[in-house]
Amino acid sequence: MDLLIPSTGLLFWMTIVFLIVLFLLWKFGFPAIVNMVNARKAFIDDSLRKAHEANEKLANIQQMSEALLQEARQKQSQILKEAAQTRDNIVGQAQEKARNESARIIAEAKAEIENEKQNAIRDIRNEVAVLSVQIAEKILREKLSDDKKQMEMIDRMLDEVAVKN
Amino acid sequence: MRKTIIFILALTLHVIVASAAEEGGALDTKGIVLDHIKDSYGWHVTDIGNKSIVIDLPVIIKSSTGWHVFSSGRFAHEADAEGYRQGPDGFAIATRGDNAGKIVELTNGEEVVPFDISITKTVAVMFIDVILLLLCILIPARWYRHHKASDPAPKGFTGLIEMLITYVNDEIIAPAIGKGYEKYSPYLLTCFFFIFVCNLMGLMPFPPGGGNVTGNIAITFFLAMCTFFIVQFSGSKHYWKEIFWPEVPILLKCPAPIIPLIEFVGIFTKPFALMIRLFANMMAGHAIALALMCIIFLMASKGIGMLVGMTSVSILLSVFMMVLECLVCFIQSMVFTMLSATFIGLARTVPEEE
Repeated sequence: MDLLIPSTGLLFWMTIVFLIVLFLLWKFGFPAIVNMVNARKAFIDDSLRKAHEANEKLANIQQMSEALLQEARQKQSQILKEAAQTRDNIVGQAQEKARNESARIIAEAKAEIENEKQNAIRDIRNEVAVLSVQIAEKILREKLSDDKKQMEMIDRMLDEVAVKN
Repeated sequence: MRKTIIFILALTLHVIVASAAEEGGALDTKGIVLDHIKDSYGWHVTDIGNKSIVIDLPVIIKSSTGWHVFSSGRFAHEADAEGYRQGPDGFAIATRGDNAGKIVELTNGEEVVPFDISITKTVAVMFIDVILLLLCILIPARWYRHHKASDPAPKGFTGLIEMLITYVNDEIIAPAIGKGYEKYSPYLLTCFFFIFVCNLMGLMPFPPGGGNVTGNIAITFFLAMCTFFIVQFSGSKHYWKEIFWPEVPILLKCPAPIIPLIEFVGIFTKPFALMIRLFANMMAGHAIALALMCIIFLMASKGIGMLVGMTSVSILLSVFMMVLECLVCFIQSMVFTMLSATFIGLARTVPEEE
């Protein structure tokens, strides 16, 4: 068989065999594999994209939560400040009120005491007057118990009157 | 370790070769090489002593007397005085003349070549290669039919095949053809894997490999013809216009169609180059491998010192060539696929609108 002339038999078998192989591989072989590889590539790309998006979303959420936290903290401190102010106000007012009240009570008490003192002094004065009259009566009676003394008294008194005149 | 193995191999070969040389006398190197490269009706595996081990293959012939099917073992082993290996029903294998190596029908002393579709050695090897090829592709393809895209990628052999297919498809076919390459990729992938498997199996020096399939002009001729037809059928309007009315000065195409003629010849030279390139590369690879091996046998007759020296060189060279051939197997299948894809791509070009 010559090297450079294609032999009929070989060509015949090659045609049959190659066409069968081509048909089988075209039908069942390569497209299945190639399509699957492409599908997998698409799937991987899609997954990557999704993961990227999810990451971005997560970052956004984190940022948002950070901001929220910050805001909450600010609000908290503001509320605390307000509360402290209110408390100080209330305490101040109460103190003021208490001071006024106590001052009033003290003044009233002072006035009462003064009143009572005046009353007591007046009472004592009356008593003292009555007592002194009674004492003077008693002393007079003692001194004028006999006639002689009475006479003497009258004499002295007359003397005194006389002297004066 | 490797050196030791090579040395032992060399020594073993010396013994065998020395005895062979003593018995056979002069060595027909050309015959050995050509016998391997050319097709034959029986599959000669090896010789043990004086006994040849030959796998007989079916001979299928349609002659003037109808269809004949018989075993190639029925041909005589030795040629007779006229140079014919006589077989049954008046058939013989010619060993001389124009039809040397072919089955001829002898009628009245004249050779008539019948329609011969025998399962020759190359055909048998091709059958084996093709079955292997189908297994290599269809078994992994089965995996893909039973899995979803979201499953993890395959490992092992399936992964290897996937890698090869993806490489050829994405790196060779897609860039060469451009948009719409999907239509052509099964054919080109089939070409690639057919050539690749046949090349690799051709490296194996014993059955089931060993045949010279892709180094055979009929095979490469068929493949080139396939590419030729595909290129012509996918040719765009622009492609045909470029051939018959190219944009060159009018004198070059009007009175005498010089450029169109050149372009027209170009249609045929492209597939011709494809055919010859693959054929010559693969054939040369086989020829060199065999020639290097023959050095051992040739040197056996030149004395033991020469033998030891040359054998070591020859084995080293053979190992080197074998490794190189492994590379060539891949490169040649790749080149064939790439050039086919490029030719298809060129035929499908559409002029850029400005």
